[in-house]
Amino acid sequence: MSDYAIEAHGLVKNFDDVRAVDGIDLTVPKGSILGILGPNGAGKTTTLRMLLGIIDPDEGGCRLLGCERPLDAAHDVGYLPEERGLYPAMKAFDAIAFMGALRGLSIAEGRKRARVLLDDAGLGHAAEKEVRMLSKGMAQTVQLLGTIVHRPKLIVLDEPFSGLDALNQAKLERLIRSQAEAGVTVIFSTHVIAHAERLCEDVAIIAGGRIPFSGKVSEARDRLRPQVRLETRSLKGEWRSAIPSNCEPEGHFWHFTLPETGVEPLLKALVEGDAGVQSLAIERPGLHDAFVAIAGEAAAAQMDQPEGEGA
Amino acid sequence: MSETIRAAWVIARRDFAAIIFSKAFFFFLLGPLFPVALGLAAGGLTQQVTREIAQPVVAVVMAEDDAEAIKVAHATLVEQLGERRLPGIETVAPDGSGQAQIDALLGDQQSEMGKLDAVLSGSLAAPALTAPPNFVQRWQGQLSLLTDYARSGRVETGPPLDVRAVADSSGQQQQQQRLTAQLGQGLLFLLTMLLAGMVLSNLVEEKTNKIIEILAAAIPIDSIFLGKLFAMLAMALIGISVWMVFIVGGITLFGDGLPQLPTPAVGWPLFLLLGFLYFAMAYLLLGSLFLGIGALATTVREVQTLSMPVTMAQVLVFFLAAYSVTKTGEMIEWAAVLFPLSSPFAMLARAAQDGNIWQHGLALVWQIVWAFLIIRFGAGIFRRNVMKSGPTTKKAGFFAAFGRS
Repeated sequence: MSDYAIEAHGLVKNFDDVRAVDGIDLTVPKGSILGILGPNGAGKTTTLRMLLGIIDPDEGGCRLLGCERPLDAAHDVGYLPEERGLYPAMKAFDAIAFMGALRGLSIAEGRKRARVLLDDAGLGHAAEKEVRMLSKGMAQTVQLLGTIVHRPKLIVLDEPFSGLDALNQAKLERLIRSQAEAGVTVIFSTHVIAHAERLCEDVAIIAGGRIPFSGKVSEARDRLRPQVRLETRSLKGEWRSAIPSNCEPEGHFWHFTLPETGVEPLLKALVEGDAGVQSLAIERPGLHDAFVAIAGEAAAAQMDQPEGEGA
Repeated sequence: MSETIRAAWVIARRDFAAIIFSKAFFFFLLGPLFPVALGLAAGGLTQQVTREIAQPVVAVVMAEDDAEAIKVAHATLVEQLGERRLPGIETVAPDGSGQAQIDALLGDQQSEMGKLDAVLSGSLAAPALTAPPNFVQRWQGQLSLLTDYARSGRVETGPPLDVRAVADSSGQQQQQQRLTAQLGQGLLFLLTMLLAGMVLSNLVEEKTNKIIEILAAAIPIDSIFLGKLFAMLAMALIGISVWMVFIVGGITLFGDGLPQLPTPAVGWPLFLLLGFLYFAMAYLLLGSLFLGIGALATTVREVQTLSMPVTMAQVLVFFLAAYSVTKTGEMIEWAAVLFPLSSPFAMLARAAQDGNIWQHGLALVWQIVWAFLIIRFGAGIFRRNVMKSGPTTKKAGFFAAFGRS
């Protein structure tokens, strides 16, 4: 038995003359939460669709829960696509049961579990309502519950936070954590770095159809040196030699990467050089900074937008 | 395969429930009954009007003896041939003005006899008919017979024809079974055309509601196609059952009872069973093709645009099958039997005219294989063009499919 929920090698997908995915390798350990980070059009959705067997790659291949054909593992997988969809005339609990039935659960058992899930989500009162009568947030919750009703081993969520208000985003984060605690592997794509930073231990950064980084969040952050934010009274003096030569002040503020020599020589130079330190902060880089460094400024500029569509 | 069937069942059950428990289904059931009711009402009215206006009237302008002989001969012929086989007659005494009287009679809009269509004048020895050309063409022979009868004075009928009835004759049997074949084919075509075309738009709901990706990620596309086809087939069979109950009930209650149709070669019970099976096959074959075509359409408008060529294609298939009814065993009939889409129609005609039963088993297997192949092909095209799964993935949509190299 493989220790990986997903093993993908050399995935390539072209649409017309556009190479949407360009040789992606990805392994996802069982029981982990993986965030796939990337701007719109980076290839997140196409990658997820190939992993799930919805579309075939032009090159490369993947194993899903040890199965060569993704559909063979369908009963153990839950998938929430980016474009949400439910039958409007179905009752909420029936919609959940139907999604479970697609994945091998009996309708009767699906209905039973659906009511419990709806109750747990605080939507017990909406169980008998038709989907068309639900608010957008409620409908999204119903679809999410339909994704987990059959108790999958792997959950794939494509932009799950898109369209949710802050309250429902927090609920979703709790649900993802609870699934992971139960041993379920969770993969989600997002263009909002904060979600990945809060939820994930592992991230895959995708840009231009490639994955330039895949690993621990801490590893991504450690790729950058700490950043120094300094305010001085003086702008000239011997102490300037301790600051990178290409760093220019904005007023009396300085922002630069901590030199290789470390903190102590910098502090000594500032104090002994009478720089008149007003404030000093040495910050470990965030995931956003890591993303900028890895994927580039252009890709980063498209991130952290509240709503959007993936590729 | 078992997973494909299981998943197809999930889809079929959802679709079937969604259709059956919708308000629209009620109107779907009622829909065909309106034209039937209208047809019955219009038929009765037409019959009444025909009775009232279609019988032409001829004025007989002859001497009293000749006119009387014509009247007697007319009464006798009407008795033997039926009222509608001869025009009605009205006798008019000649006023001596000759052609002027005839012109006056034909031109008189206010005559007590009503409007006259023609005038029979002269004498029995030399009768003359004055009438418009179409009347002459239609009634000249009958009026000649009438004057011959009247002239010969043989107004009494001869010895009655010795009628010896037999159950059937080969010529009559062939004619009648051909009629059954044509009626069966016509009904099969009507039902298939009414119902199979509906599957064209069957995947639009999934696309519009963006559910197709959830389905495609969970189950094989073949299952989606298969489930949808069988749900629609079940709905069609329910519709047909309801309509049959109404029609048979209506005819029994309000009509002259069920018409006596010629017995098909395989007998009525087997013919009806085969009719059911061939309807199912015609539905699955055409439905799978239409589902595949309709699945490529990205919008309702595209589906509507496709409806016309699809209907025309159905009509062509029907023409092929209908033409072959009288060509049993000939090349054209074999073509209709072997061509998958016309096969159910052609085989139903065979059931009416040919008592061999084994051939229907083979035909059904042949049709099932083709239905399966068309579903697989349609699902493959759908995956490639709509789900953009495959090496050549240009813009999606039915018409885009034609632009591919």
